[in-house]
Amino acid sequence: MPLFHAGERIRVLDLGKAGHVRIPAYVRGHVGTVVQFCGVFLNPEDLAIGNAGGRVVGCYRVEFLQTDLWTDYSEYPDDTLVTEIYEHWMEPAHG
Amino acid sequence: MAERDTTDPCPLPLRTAYTAQESLVVEDDAGNAEAARITTILEGMLVAKGLLAKGEADQEIEKIETPGLHLGARLVARAWVDPDFRNRLLADGKLAAAELGMKVGEAQLVVVENTPDVHNLIVCTLCSCYPRSILGQPPSWYISKTYRSRAVREPRTVLHEFGLDIPEAVRVRVHDSNADMRYLVLPMPPAETVGRHEIDLAGLVSRDMLIGTAVLQR
Repeated sequence: MPLFHAGERIRVLDLGKAGHVRIPAYVRGHVGTVVQFCGVFLNPEDLAIGNAGGRVVGCYRVEFLQTDLWTDYSEYPDDTLVTEIYEHWMEPAHG
Repeated sequence: MAERDTTDPCPLPLRTAYTAQESLVVEDDAGNAEAARITTILEGMLVAKGLLAKGEADQEIEKIETPGLHLGARLVARAWVDPDFRNRLLADGKLAAAELGMKVGEAQLVVVENTPDVHNLIVCTLCSCYPRSILGQPPSWYISKTYRSRAVREPRTVLHEFGLDIPEAVRVRVHDSNADMRYLVLPMPPAETVGRHEIDLAGLVSRDMLIGTAVLQR
């Protein structure tokens, strides 16, 4: 069962992990809105070191306002960016 | 939208780097002679040891290069003429593609629709994730670090360099294909689709439209 649902506000954790985590640095620590639960997948952190038998993790599409991601974003304030975040990198965001 | 900075310190004329005959492999000035030699020798050794059949590598390469744009274009053309198919395509791209006998090799296909209010642009900042099973290999600019880093940060400026100016009233929605999903843009249809053959409509679709760096002139 997914922990988060479409429309929910979440914060991307900054777990400080190195390696093939597939969570771009530019979204870490930022608050976005869940667009879609995509299902569960093998954790890229395991796959990157050859472990194809690890636990599966939920993956979500999360949408951010560009002006939240980049303090100097100057193109248009309604522009957004959607990217995929694994569940263990997310926490509920309030307010 | 704020005024574009025309004094960009490192402008990249992405559009001029693109030709219909562009190479799929980015080579350095000296070409890839050394890599080619190593590959040939390695292949010979693998064949000699019975780990690879003769011609098997070529067959695999052909398999990778065979799916081309026409599959993605067919999905789009069908969606333009069949609203129910469009809905199914937007709900689950992989399932909808299977209806047309297309096997999407990637985990899932997310189809994002351009509308009068939203323009979608696809990028993979981490590497070069791309729906290869229905679009073939990505263009070399899609793999370039310049496109990957700039498309998420200044998408409208990048699109302008592709010759595409998105009006302020239209929201630009960038999709960073960083993990398990693969993305396809469903472009806006031509002004008139009634009575037009699907195959003709598919012919209007370009690769760049499916990435979001071009639109159909309506």
